[in-house]
Amino acid sequence: MNAAVVEAASPGLWALAWRRLRQDRLALSCLVVVAVFVALMLASMAGLVASDWEREAGVTYARPAFLPRAPDTLVAASAAAAAQRVPMVDLSDIDPLAPRYEEWRQRAGQLSATLPSRSETLPLGGDQWGRDVLKKTIKGSEVSIMVGLTAALIATLIGTLLGALAGYWGGRVNDLMEWVYNVFTSIPYILLILAFAAVLGRGVTTIILILGLTGWTGVYRLVRAEYLKHREREYVLAAKAVGVSHAKRMFAHILPNTSHVVLVQFSLLVVAFIKTEVILSFLGLGVPVDVVSWGTILAESQDELVMGKWWQLAVTGTAMAMLVTAVSLLTDGMRDALDPKLR
Amino acid sequence: MNPVNGVDEPAALVEVRNLGIGFKASGGVVQSAVRDVSFAIGQRSTLALVGESGSGKTVSAMSILGLLPANAVVDPASRILYDSIDLLNCEPVELRGIRGKDISVIFQEPMSSLNPVLTVGDQISESLRLHLGLGRRAARARSIELLDEVGIPHPHLRIASYPHHLSGGQQQRVMIAMAIACEPKLLIADEPTTALDVTIQQQILELLAGLKERHAMSLLFITHDLALVGEIADQVIVMRNGQVQEHAPVREIFESPRHPYTKALLACRPSLERRPKRLPVIDDFMAGRGHAAEDEPPRKMGGPPVLEVQGLAKRFRVDGGLFRKAWVDAVRDVSFKLEAGRTLGVVGESGSGKTTVGMTIMRLHEASAGRVLFEGRNLLELDDRAMQPYRRRIQIVFQNPYASLNPRFTIGQILLEPMRVHAIGTDDGQRLGTARELLRRVDLPPDALHRYPHEFSGGQRQRIAIARCLTMKPDVLICDESVSALDVSVQAQVLNLLKDLQDEFGLAYVFISHDLAVVRYIADEVLVMHEGRVVEMADSQTIYMAPREAYTRALLNSIPRGYVPAATAAAG
Repeated sequence: MNAAVVEAASPGLWALAWRRLRQDRLALSCLVVVAVFVALMLASMAGLVASDWEREAGVTYARPAFLPRAPDTLVAASAAAAAQRVPMVDLSDIDPLAPRYEEWRQRAGQLSATLPSRSETLPLGGDQWGRDVLKKTIKGSEVSIMVGLTAALIATLIGTLLGALAGYWGGRVNDLMEWVYNVFTSIPYILLILAFAAVLGRGVTTIILILGLTGWTGVYRLVRAEYLKHREREYVLAAKAVGVSHAKRMFAHILPNTSHVVLVQFSLLVVAFIKTEVILSFLGLGVPVDVVSWGTILAESQDELVMGKWWQLAVTGTAMAMLVTAVSLLTDGMRDALDPKLR
Repeated sequence: MNPVNGVDEPAALVEVRNLGIGFKASGGVVQSAVRDVSFAIGQRSTLALVGESGSGKTVSAMSILGLLPANAVVDPASRILYDSIDLLNCEPVELRGIRGKDISVIFQEPMSSLNPVLTVGDQISESLRLHLGLGRRAARARSIELLDEVGIPHPHLRIASYPHHLSGGQQQRVMIAMAIACEPKLLIADEPTTALDVTIQQQILELLAGLKERHAMSLLFITHDLALVGEIADQVIVMRNGQVQEHAPVREIFESPRHPYTKALLACRPSLERRPKRLPVIDDFMAGRGHAAEDEPPRKMGGPPVLEVQGLAKRFRVDGGLFRKAWVDAVRDVSFKLEAGRTLGVVGESGSGKTTVGMTIMRLHEASAGRVLFEGRNLLELDDRAMQPYRRRIQIVFQNPYASLNPRFTIGQILLEPMRVHAIGTDDGQRLGTARELLRRVDLPPDALHRYPHEFSGGQRQRIAIARCLTMKPDVLICDESVSALDVSVQAQVLNLLKDLQDEFGLAYVFISHDLAVVRYIADEVLVMHEGRVVEMADSQTIYMAPREAYTRALLNSIPRGYVPAATAAAG
């Protein structure tokens, strides 16, 4: 019986939060959505899915398979051209190359060239080169999710840690942190990113580092304020009176009480960073041209939209919207799960 | 005339009939807060609504002005009649004309009721210009008159002050000036003195009584403190759990209370005159076991001190501008000795430095000077590591039970943490055993271990905080206003518990409180503080029966003494 009681009394905050999260249907389904996205991303990185995304499987701008076949303007145009064809004139008498035609035909016969069969439709449509939009989106998620989640994680961690230190200790530590914060926020954002990019070179890792190292300021400011408020609270004083160490007071006592701020900031950062990657790629500071990301796809699809080829935008946009919504709702659910007052 | 007999009572000013109010909880369930409350407020009389937290007294009073939360549901059978208008069913425009003009209200917290970015004058003028249509200049002149009337010195200068320039008592005076600006017929005062010191409380009560006479107003006075009511009210309504328990003239309430709950409320409050061994609690009376315990004889003093404080001082640095340093002496030269198993009461008004003394002894603030000797060892010299073993020997229980427990920890975690830190008990199983034993000791169910602080009431939380201290088996317990935030009945339970624990574990208490009656009940010795200094220190009998210093006498005189027939006659 005693062991059972120990087991029942000791689950920490996180275990209890998980227990509560499991009862929240919405949050749980969002967790599933995010997990599917992350799993697809990992599978694509490992080459299990969408490894052949560059294969030109369909015709240019292949239509999504679920759409009814529309009268194809290209086919109609070639048919019209064929109808106008006039009988050819035999020029072999005056053609200086005529003696060689036979030779060339023989040599061409020795080579075998197979033209890839291009399908008229693809599951969710094709892009300008006939690449499968679905596979392209999965491939693009590698960069976007990686950048969004990892950079947001880094920025939140840095912001929380520095904010906790500054708010908890105050005094000199606070002065130092405030100085760093002021320096970071006083530099125009794009210039700061340019500076980082110049030092670090181009690539996905660079973008993650840039966003992570420059995006922490907002989290820092809010977490610091929370710590300033909480360190004077009586429950923290009581912990001090009991003799609880500084580290435990900072991270076991105060941190869970600021988790709502941290989580909301994290979800906002994920969204912001996915969008920033688009902007950076557009400015040429983002991913290299041979890498596909949701940002580059969205940039491409602007022109396509004018031509009425909406499917690439729709697929990528839907994927992005689903992920962003799921992340926001999931962090909302986590915030509620971490607050024992909201049962 | 004083309408105590009920015979010559003039026609009622406001009549509340069958008031029922509920609150819509999540899921559309309506939880009843007030049931079937009926009363009438006579012309020029004072009605007091008395009850503990959750009794529905504030909700009942605020429904008169329609100041109810958005999720409130009013029973359709309820009527509140004022001047033949039903205030519950009238047009919002009509209600707005009555609000502030005919019926006005003052709240408990003057600091949060005043707008911090407007001057006092602007705030008083606002209702004058709105309701009476006065011009800017006339409103200003009238505001100065009002400030003068509520006893603010130099009103023509103070009119340009911002609320933070004023003390708590002065802020409440400004609130009163705003409330009486339009000569209301009814003034609703919702715990107007609860946030104030006793001496200020007395002044505000006198002011309210005087204004009521001069302006021929009626007063609806809401309070949790029955003793206050005796001095000001004509009629008293005692409420509990949303229902009226007893409705009677003030003399009957005090001299021959009929309802056991009223009797209990009168008995559980410690008094200055007597010092019983145990305080009676509500349950005793409700079960018909109400009786006053015998007085406890003063305990013998003169044992070896467990805690000795010598010349303790604390200066705080305040912001004096960019290059200037300004200092405030919060505590100056405080010395005392505390014997094992005895209680030292520290009393004083807010700002007297009594809390700082407790904090400095605990080293939650660093002292500026002085020594704190615990078993002969100066605690103030020790570094963090050397201090650690002493931390468990001196513990503190804070004022606010809602703030002193980490809201994200279960009670189990809260109780186990100190034992883990100090390696008390061999493993968590044994520690859990101790925790469960202590929960039983402070009268909480064992399943509390898995619950969170917000699931408990204020009194229960304070008992959890006490249990947390007991896990470390301390020698000295500092109680910093530990019962001040609690209802009278709960206060009695916690005070009894503290006494029992003292007998059982030989604890020594430093009991810090602004409430002299509570200190009278619990302390063997009393230290009176004023502006950071010790005014007087003596055993409790001497302080209360033969105080030497003028300040101590002033403090004792301002304590409400309940119903004194002569006083009411003089006021009436």
